[in-house]
Amino acid sequence: MASTVNDQSAVAPQADAIAGDSQWPLWEVFTQSDQGAPHEHAGSLHATDAEQALQNARDVYARRGGVISLWVIPSGAITASSPSENGPFFDPGADKAYRHPQFYKVPQGVRGV
Amino acid sequence: MTSPSFSVVPAPAAKPNALVEYLLRLGDDRLVLGHRLSEWCGHGPIIEEDIALSNVALDLLGQATILLHLAGEVEGQGRDEDALAYFRDAVDFRNCLLVELPKGDFAYTMVRQFLFDVHAVVLLDALSRSTNADVAAIAAKSLKEAKYHVRHSGEWMLKLGDGTPESHRRTQTALDELWRFTAELFVGDAIDRELATSGIVPDLDALKPAWETLVRDVLDRATLTTPNDLPRPASMRGGRTGAHTEFLGHMLAEMQIVARSHPGASW
Repeated sequence: MASTVNDQSAVAPQADAIAGDSQWPLWEVFTQSDQGAPHEHAGSLHATDAEQALQNARDVYARRGGVISLWVIPSGAITASSPSENGPFFDPGADKAYRHPQFYKVPQGVRGV
Repeated sequence: MTSPSFSVVPAPAAKPNALVEYLLRLGDDRLVLGHRLSEWCGHGPIIEEDIALSNVALDLLGQATILLHLAGEVEGQGRDEDALAYFRDAVDFRNCLLVELPKGDFAYTMVRQFLFDVHAVVLLDALSRSTNADVAAIAAKSLKEAKYHVRHSGEWMLKLGDGTPESHRRTQTALDELWRFTAELFVGDAIDRELATSGIVPDLDALKPAWETLVRDVLDRATLTTPNDLPRPASMRGGRTGAHTEFLGHMLAEMQIVARSHPGASW
């Protein structure tokens, strides 16, 4: 089932199924700690809509400071890799050192790498 | 004194310092409402909202702390914020009646919060331009918090008012019940007038239209009916002079018992 972030009618039942209970739909929260830093997954929470999810995220994950930006995404909007596919998906990357950019020096002054 | 006095009338109490009185009003509103909100801790309808309510409660407690601290400082009698919070009786509290009413159901709590939050935003915005630098600084800091509080409680008005028939009914009932307590927020007395003259506080009458416009806008969108103002005698007031409902005493008993049982304790 394809869903977009804005299509909450489609997302909600799916999120509910993921939550596995009768609670409000589940949302994933991403927080950014600094300008230029990536938004990182902080956790999840329940909310009836995007505004409430944002408010709840603020209170649950940002109330003690250290956050300058928040994203909330309906959990159902996330397409995840399947654990049973882990072999074909990830193993080929493990033994090819030449794929790692470890032979370069990061220039001084470059941040956020 | 050249001749003995036989009067049994006690000497008139010293004229209360207007700024101290005003700071107690602001501080007590927030202390009492913060405590009422904290009663939801562990009882919220969902854990996220439980945290949100506690968060607002802590913001209000923080505001009360700095306001009462300043009140004690201006008063100059050696009372700090803890002495003022825990060792005054109900008759000495200066909060409005609206904030001391029992928390009721979730709709009742949220309607009360919304009416208060809008008032806080309007008032603190004006106070942030106070001629008293301490008052202006505290107001500016608190205004940021109040703006978030009203975003939260305003959103709940929309959800509850325009939600299910039951949520609408409960919210309208709470609104009808609480409306008569809002007049007290805008009744200016000698304290307000004295401080307004020197530009320390805004003219209360001027705040009412701004408050009502903001409140009506949200209530309209929430499909709720804004109650009509009641004639003066029917509106509930008295908190600013210490004439409280019976509910405040019970609340204070619970709020103050630990501090009073173990005075001076720290943990």
